[in-house]
Parts: sequence; structure tokens; C-alpha cells
Amino acid sequence: MSDNKIKVPLMSEVAANGGEVEVLFWVGCAGSFDDRARKITKAFVKLLNHAGVTFAILGEEEVCTGDPARRAGNEFLFQMQALTNIETLNMYGVKKIVTACPHCFNTLKNEYPVLGGDYEVIHHTQFLQGLLEEGRLTVEGGDFKGKKISFHDSCYLGRANGIYEAPRKLLQALDVELVEMKRCKSRGLCCGAGGAQMFKEEEEGTLRVNQERTKDILETAPDFVAAACPFCMTMLTDGVKEKDKQEEIRVRDIAELIAEAEDL
Amino acid sequence: MELLLIDMPRLVQQVIFNSILLVTALLFSIKAKEIYRNIKMGKAEDRSDQPQQRLKNMTLLALGQKKMFRNMIPAVFHLCIYVAFLVTQIELIEIILDGMTGIHRIFWPMLGGFYTFIISFIELLSVFALVATIVFLSRRNLLKVPRFQMDEMSGWPKLDGNIILYVELFLVFCIFTMNTADMVLHNGEYGFLVSGMLMPLFSGFSEGTLHFLERFGWWGHIVAVFAFLIYIPFSKHLHIVLAFPNAYFGALDGGANKGEMANMPRITEEIKLMMDPSLPMPEEDPNAAPARFGAKDVEDLSWKSLLDAYTCTECGRCTDACPANQTGKLLSPRKIMMATRDRLEEKGREVAKNGPEHDDGKALIHDYISAEEVKACTTCNACVEECPVSINPVNIILELRRYLILEEANSPEEWNLMFGNVETNGAVWKLPASDRMKWIDEMNE
Ligand code: SF4
Ligand code: SF4
Repeated sequence: MSDNKIKVPLMSEVAANGGEVEVLFWVGCAGSFDDRARKITKAFVKLLNHAGVTFAILGEEEVCTGDPARRAGNEFLFQMQALTNIETLNMYGVKKIVTACPHCFNTLKNEYPVLGGDYEVIHHTQFLQGLLEEGRLTVEGGDFKGKKISFHDSCYLGRANGIYEAPRKLLQALDVELVEMKRCKSRGLCCGAGGAQMFKEEEEGTLRVNQERTKDILETAPDFVAAACPFCMTMLTDGVKEKDKQEEIRVRDIAELIAEAEDL
Repeated sequence: MELLLIDMPRLVQQVIFNSILLVTALLFSIKAKEIYRNIKMGKAEDRSDQPQQRLKNMTLLALGQKKMFRNMIPAVFHLCIYVAFLVTQIELIEIILDGMTGIHRIFWPMLGGFYTFIISFIELLSVFALVATIVFLSRRNLLKVPRFQMDEMSGWPKLDGNIILYVELFLVFCIFTMNTADMVLHNGEYGFLVSGMLMPLFSGFSEGTLHFLERFGWWGHIVAVFAFLIYIPFSKHLHIVLAFPNAYFGALDGGANKGEMANMPRITEEIKLMMDPSLPMPEEDPNAAPARFGAKDVEDLSWKSLLDAYTCTECGRCTDACPANQTGKLLSPRKIMMATRDRLEEKGREVAKNGPEHDDGKALIHDYISAEEVKACTTCNACVEECPVSINPVNIILELRRYLILEEANSPEEWNLMFGNVETNGAVWKLPASDRMKWIDEMNE
């Protein structure tokens, strides 16, 4: 653990000082409020700091991107959020955004442009892979070397945006044994959280979606399941826990795995 | 007598043939027009940009059947039928010309050896198609592949799937009856590959019988083709035509950006006005009917969603991949498409009869698709990914959701709580904005 405190500047401070940052880190609701997802946020920020990336956050000026409202059908609420965020982002002249949430990522990247918000939006797995390629971040397997790891594709990263390789390349850099679940990449099975399902009970059925996905996980029986989405994280963690397998199969965000390998 | 049997009827045959051809063309075009009119009931949406990319998509997805190959076994057999179907059109042209003019094998004197090659090739493909048809019939009826056994497939959809396969069996049977009898009659002069091998089967038959068999095969074939043509627009087999425009007008990058929901500009205007009251009021067309938010009925959907509905082959690849369906929820994306088509057909008849203003008291939502189905979707896009003919069921689901929420306030209580949190705290959970940065202190503890 590093003893030095990590400074996380606010965009408002940066702007007031006439400074500039490389990238705006969009923390997202889960990354800010959810206990488990906050760990991902911290791991990612430690990595940014470690790689010497200058970044800032919006802090209290950030509001929900509106993705769950929109997917639930509440277009008014979505657009209120979107237009508010766009006003803030444009005010600061933000050009580049990184986020650890595929839902925020998708909305910022694909749905804000028609509303007047045009940014280069990058998912944290892509961003980390970029740092790796540029040599700003070095990754060594450490404790993970040779461990069996499966990557769970998030729908909004994979099918919705065609990002399958960046997370896998990061895992390979960790020197792990990447084992795919039988349903992976474009055939990956949803965790059950998308489309605002995270915020309500599922309709009547035989199973919950995360229970179905947990079957795939147990069948592959990896040491770690790597996720790249805070909502997948919740769903998979719950699914594995329900089967009392949380000791054997640990669910981690890719950023956490890398930060841990780097002893951050 | 010979003359009477063969030549006289030829003239009669010619008349009968041309009449059937005309009736077929008429019936087909009436239904085609109806379908076109129905699709036009949908909302306007511009999908004409990037024609080159669109052509490429159409070539890969429709002509090249790219998506089919996600699933090897059905893909290979489907390809057999598909290629046989395409190439057989050459023979069909000849049959139609023969029928119209009364000339027997009109291309044979012109093409000679090349003719032998083409027909032999068609015969070979027909054998492959025959095998594939038998495989498909067994998959549906003996092996009972699960995606063909789901609830929405009982009754007519199941029959529809089988009818076409039986017609195919009949077609192949007719082709070989015709060609083999003809080969025997002409002492193998044509040199066709497969019917050449079948000749011993017919060798003991009298000339009259052979003539009859040849005519039976010829008529059977062409009547089946005409019947098929009339039948297609009523069936899931319409995909053989519509898969092409549907791929052309489908999502552009064939993969990415499935995550983008269509914007609702009317709402943008209203909110911009709320945020800045000094903006000019948008001009409103006083004659325009008050448009609904989201989709209650088929006419509220984009025309592309309606084209999607007519294109659906009811193959069930979407439903097979659907997480909601796999976990026993009511939602089935295939059923969404089938229900949309059924309602569209009904609405089309209704509008034709009583005009567009008349309300038949029914709608796509609730009467054809329940709120429960609509709410179960995780928007995972697995259905879109799997569809071999470029259909997007999620667009329909999300438009119906918009209607439920914006017009009916038909929302689960938990969603209302989430909406409330987003509205008041700018966060999906009931936590104050000041907590947004708690993690920084935690990190630096
Ligand atoms: S997007 Fe919805 S309908 Fe399509 S597969 Fe996923 S859950 Fe099913
Ligand atoms: S929507 Fe596509 S995948 Fe689903 S049944 Fe229709 S054709 Fe098949």
C-alpha cells in the first residue's frame, strides 16, 4: 500500500486554476455510492496515479448519465440528466472521458452526441490497455501468474460496442491462464442487471438471470472471474455467494486485479 | 391419337399456363402492395445514409448469410436449400418460357452441351436440397429442436414451417420425375447427371406413361412454384425476399452501436425550453395529430421495425439466446416479432376497411404483448446479435416501454423509486450528492 495520499482534483478546481488534465474520470453512481464498486474506483484511481496520468472528476457536479431511466422508458428523466451533464462537461471543455462503467460509457459515447455532447469516451479497460501499450504502466502477474481466470463480457461493452479484446489483453498481461466460459464474447450471457433490471425484482420465472450465469461460472470453475462492470460485479458476486463458492471463485474487476498485482 | 394426346393439349396447356401465371402475378402483387402499405404505416426514419456500407451489409448478411454461420449445422443445410433455390431459378425461367410459348425445352437447341451442364448442376443441387429438407423436417418433428417447440410456435407457425418443407419435397420429386421421363423419351440425349442415373426406374414404361409423367412433373413443379409464390407473403418464408432490404436498412456497422437508443427530439425541445425559458417556442404544426410518446400500437413504431416483423423467419435464434427467456420469463423476442406482424396485418385490414381514424379498441401493447414481457428485457442485445436477417426486437420492446412509462405511468414501484432518486439526487440510489466523493477519503485513509 502506498502511504502517499492520492490527490483527486475536481474539474472545477482545475478550471479555476486555468489548468488542464489528460482525461476526465467519470465515476458513475455505482462507482461513487456502491460499497463494492467503490473498491473498483479506488483501484482504478491508484492505477491512474501510478501511471502518472493527470485526471480530474466532476465530483458533486456529476449526475447519473440517465441510462437506467432511459432503458426503463423514462425519456424525460434521461434527457434531463443528459442535458445537465452535457452543460457541465461543455462548460469545462471536456474532450476525453474515461469510465469504469460500461453503461455510463455507452450512454456518454453513443447517446450524448445527438444531444450536443461530443467527447472521446473510453472504457477503463481500453484506457489501461492503452497505458500498457505506451509503456506507462507495466503489469506483472505477481500472485496471479498461472491462475485460472474467466472474463465475463458485459453486454454494453461487448455486443453493444464491440469491445472484446482490451479486457482480455489486460488479463493476458497478468500472465494468467485465460479460460473462456462456454458462452463468451458476442455470445456472452447477460448478468441480468442491464435495461434497468438492476433496480427492480425480476419478472416471474424459473431462475434469476445471474443464477443462470453462475451455472456457466461454476462449470468453468476458475480461480477468478474478471468483470469490467460494477453491475455485473454485483450480480456475479451474489450468484457465486448464493452457491457458497465465494472462497474458491473470486469475482474481481480487471482494474482491481492489476492494482493488486502491482501491489498498489 | 398421338397428336391429340401430345400436341392438342399443348395448346390448351399453353392457355391454362398463361392464365395461371397471370392470376399468380395478380395475387402476389395485391398482397405485396398490402405489405408495402402496412410497412408505410410506421413512423418515418431515415435509413438511407452510407449506401455503400449498406450494400456491403446486404451482400454479407443477406446474400452471404454471414450470421447463419454462427450455428454450423443448420447453416450448411440451409445453404444447400438456398443455393439450390437460387440456381433453380434458371430452370424456372425456361419452364415459364416453355409454358408461355408451348415449346419444349426452349434453351436446349441454343445451348447444347452447356445446357446439359446447367441442368445436371441443378439436379445435383436438388439432391443436396432434398437431403437438407429431410434434415430440417426431422429437426422440427423428430429431434424436436427446442427452439421450434416453444409456446409461440404451436398451431399455424408450426404448420407454416412444415408446409414449406413438404412443398420442397414435392418440387424435387417433380423435377426428377420430369427430367427422368424426358430422358427416357429422348434416349438419354440430354445427358443429365442425376436423372440419367434414375432412367432404369422408368425404363419399362410405355411412351404414353412417360409423356404423362413428364407432363405431371412439369405441371406439378410449376403449379407448386406458383402456389409457393402466392403463399410466401402470408408466411414466414417472406424472408427470402425481405432479408435483402432488411439487411440493407439494418444497423450500419453490423456490430457496434447496438447500444444506442433512438432519440426523442420532441422531449429534447421541451427540456431545453425548461432549462432556458428564453429560447423560442418550437413551431408546431396545428394540423398534426398529437403524437404519442413511445409505441402503443404498430403505427407508432419505426417503419424499420415493421419491416423487421415481416422479415422474421420465426427461427427462434433470438429467443434461444435471450437471458429472460432462458430463465423462464414470459419474454420471447421471437414472439415480439410475431405479435407485431400479426397486429400489423390486423391493423392493415382494419385501416383498409374503416379508415385510419377508426379505433378497433385493440393495440399492440396489452392485447398482443403484455407489460410483463416488455419489462423483463435486460437490453442485452443477444437477440439482435443472433438474428440472421438483421432484425432488432429490442427497438420494439423499448418503444413499448416508453409508452408504458410516459403515457400510462405503468411502472414497477422500484423503478419509480429509482426515478425519484435520479430526479432529486442525481443518483440512482437515495444518497446525497455530497457522498459522491466519500471514496477519496476512504482511499487515503
Ligand atoms: S435484449 Fe431483451 S429480448 Fe433481447 S435477448 Fe436480451 S433480454 Fe432478451
Ligand atoms: S427475430 Fe431473427 S432470430 Fe428471432 S426468430 Fe425472427 S428471424 Fe429468427
